[in-house]
Amino acid sequence: MKGMTIKAALFKLRAFIALIFIFSFFAFTADAFLSSTNLIILTKHVAINAILAIGMTFVILTSGIDLSVGSIVGLCGMIAGMLIDKGLVIQFLNVVIYFEIWVIVLISIFVGFLFGCVNGFIITRFSVAPFIATLGMLYVARGFALLINDGATFPNLIGKEELNNTGFPNIGSGTFLSLPYTIWVMLALALIAVFLTTKTKFGRHIYAIGGNTKAAHLSGVNVNAVTLLTYGISGLCAGVVGVIVTSQLISSHPATGTTWELNAIAAVVLGGTSLMGGRGSVGGTIIGAFVIGVLSNGMILEGVSSFWQRVIMGTIIVLAVMIDQLQTRFISKD
Amino acid sequence: MEKILEAKNISKQYPGVVALDDVSFNVYKGKVNVLVGENGAGKSTLMKILSGVERQSSGEIYLNNKKLNIFSTNDAEKNSIGIIHQELNLFPNLTVHENIFMGHEILDRYKTIDTKQQIKITNELLSKLNQDIDAKTLVESLRIGQQQIIEIAKALAKKTKILIMDEPSSALSKKEVSVLFNVIEELKKQEVTIIYISHKLEEIMQIGDVITILRDSKFICEELINKIDIPWITENMVGMKSFEAVNTQKVKKGPKIIELKSISLKKKESEEYILDDVNFNSSSGEILSIYGLMGSGRTELLEIIMGLNKDFQGEIYLEDKILKASSISERISDGIVLVPEDRQGQGLVQSLSILSNTLLSKISRRFKDFYLNAKSEKKIVTKAIEYLGIKVSNYNNVITSLSGGNQQKVVIAKSLETEPRLLMLDEPTRGIDIGAKQEIFYIMKKLAEKGLSIIFVSSEIKEVLAVADRVIVLAKGKINKELMGGEITEDNLVKYSQG
Repeated sequence: MKGMTIKAALFKLRAFIALIFIFSFFAFTADAFLSSTNLIILTKHVAINAILAIGMTFVILTSGIDLSVGSIVGLCGMIAGMLIDKGLVIQFLNVVIYFEIWVIVLISIFVGFLFGCVNGFIITRFSVAPFIATLGMLYVARGFALLINDGATFPNLIGKEELNNTGFPNIGSGTFLSLPYTIWVMLALALIAVFLTTKTKFGRHIYAIGGNTKAAHLSGVNVNAVTLLTYGISGLCAGVVGVIVTSQLISSHPATGTTWELNAIAAVVLGGTSLMGGRGSVGGTIIGAFVIGVLSNGMILEGVSSFWQRVIMGTIIVLAVMIDQLQTRFISKD
Repeated sequence: MEKILEAKNISKQYPGVVALDDVSFNVYKGKVNVLVGENGAGKSTLMKILSGVERQSSGEIYLNNKKLNIFSTNDAEKNSIGIIHQELNLFPNLTVHENIFMGHEILDRYKTIDTKQQIKITNELLSKLNQDIDAKTLVESLRIGQQQIIEIAKALAKKTKILIMDEPSSALSKKEVSVLFNVIEELKKQEVTIIYISHKLEEIMQIGDVITILRDSKFICEELINKIDIPWITENMVGMKSFEAVNTQKVKKGPKIIELKSISLKKKESEEYILDDVNFNSSSGEILSIYGLMGSGRTELLEIIMGLNKDFQGEIYLEDKILKASSISERISDGIVLVPEDRQGQGLVQSLSILSNTLLSKISRRFKDFYLNAKSEKKIVTKAIEYLGIKVSNYNNVITSLSGGNQQKVVIAKSLETEPRLLMLDEPTRGIDIGAKQEIFYIMKKLAEKGLSIIFVSSEIKEVLAVADRVIVLAKGKINKELMGGEITEDNLVKYSQG
């Protein structure tokens, strides 16, 4: 913040200030809001969106978009469910393989990563607009999720002692230092993402691509590889969310994650990351996710009708972008 | 001769740069008024002011002896002033008549577009210009020369009386140029006044009536074309004052760094050549200048060497090893680097800091460099800033906080961080002030003395004179002449660039 005017600093911290404002408002007006149970539930909800939004931040920083993450959440959840419930069926060999839980988790997340990479490959190799490529993947991944069990869910994923695959629900419900694992996962991913974006060459290149693709290309930045990897990361985060949600529900539904991509985009945008790319941060995204989470939690506690909740949420997202535009004008005039 | 338009004592300042300094410009009715000057002389700025794209900082404009305030392009249009930009402003996906009436559609009584009427008027306009183009053809299916005519027709449809043409012939073939000239003659008959900007001196002698010369943002002179010749134009355009020469000492030429063997490049979907059998080499320690007019293929040549353009024929050798088609990062690790022509579009990442821009190209495949060490980054950047004399208050500021000259030095610093053997600079002095230009020349010399091979592309004669140890003059994609030492003169550069 050195050398910045107070005005500019306030602008930069606007999402955080908004969060504090909203938080204090509910703390004073809604009785149950500050209880530790409520705060933990709130954060657990936020974590799901935040993890998706972390991946989305990478993509949006390159001036891309990933509309497929919701579907990939559903797909990865279904894969985890299938591997626990039915195992991996290899028909022509007539074998069924059951994996241990940690392997199942890794496979599910890897599938997410893979689907993300396919997005990235199509976008970079065939110059398909990110919006279109990931819109296509939104349908394709959802289709696969439905195909896995013919549209049905995998209920009661507690595993079987004799197959050595029990303990899956523990991921979603277990705690460490009295905080749910979900929250720890979010924190860990956020830290890794902050490190990647601010301290590594990869991160610097992401900002360069979003800021000026041509200049980045001419500077020797491997634009295609870096861009592809950001979609991979977005898919990976969706895979993580797929596993967590499935574990929390102890069952996988093929429709899980529908429209979640929009919440993730909203969090990124609220956090001050520009859809034009090149500007923004993972920290901002986390704050953005909390703004959304605190707002909906608080509104529920206040008894605001869920219809009004949507109106308010939408208004706030658009307002945030309007302020963002003001900021760009404001800074360029400086 | 009757003055129709008069610009008096026009000045225009941009932050840090004076683009026009007390310039007066007379435009005579029904004549072809030629405006010449080197790049950066202020021609484009003056035309932007006359066409309402920019406002002058001071000075006045008179139309038919009445003072005229031009605040917008609409104002200019209302006063029958039209401009055809060098980059044509047409919609390739629409038809000729849709283009001509874009924004001024003819409506029938139901307020829908009266296509019939538009087609009729378009065909009348085109036949007046002796052009056999159908109003219903898609613009994308027309040749560049024909598209230019559509631009002219578009201006006429708006009842333009004063038509500014900014380098209209730069993309045209010889045959198309003569068609254009016929159209211009036709326009003169219809009492349309033309302001014609061009670098091609022979064309100017052929089509012009009056010439006005600008140099270094100032008015130099005005004369009737039939009283002058090409050397007179060159002399006034380039002027006497020049940069301090950096190429006076004898060059310590080292080993050959790069060699191009019969490089040819065809235009897309055409048999025309952008580059035609180009052969040359460049050695360590020398500054080789490639001089040529717009469209002579100089930028394409650098792009081929850099690996940006892979559709060429011929071979490139780097120290006797053939360079295969490879990615830019491979070229950079081979020791080749380009400072691109378009600083804002290709040189800088505007949203990043000075530090990040400087270090962007530093490519290393070692894994430990995956982590950016803030301390060593600081050290590298501090050293680079000092070495190039970049005026920076804080290298964490965004790059756009610097002046043009300092921004360009950051782009050069970025290139140097790749430890190149061949440094190519494409118009590195565009849009920066004279002092910064001279500094960049000193930097180039310093680097050449360190043993770099430097290829320098410029369209400004004075710069070439001050910097080049050797010059390759390109004309229409061919090497027309190679100049050394005492042969590098204004007259030779102009003569051989005309092709």
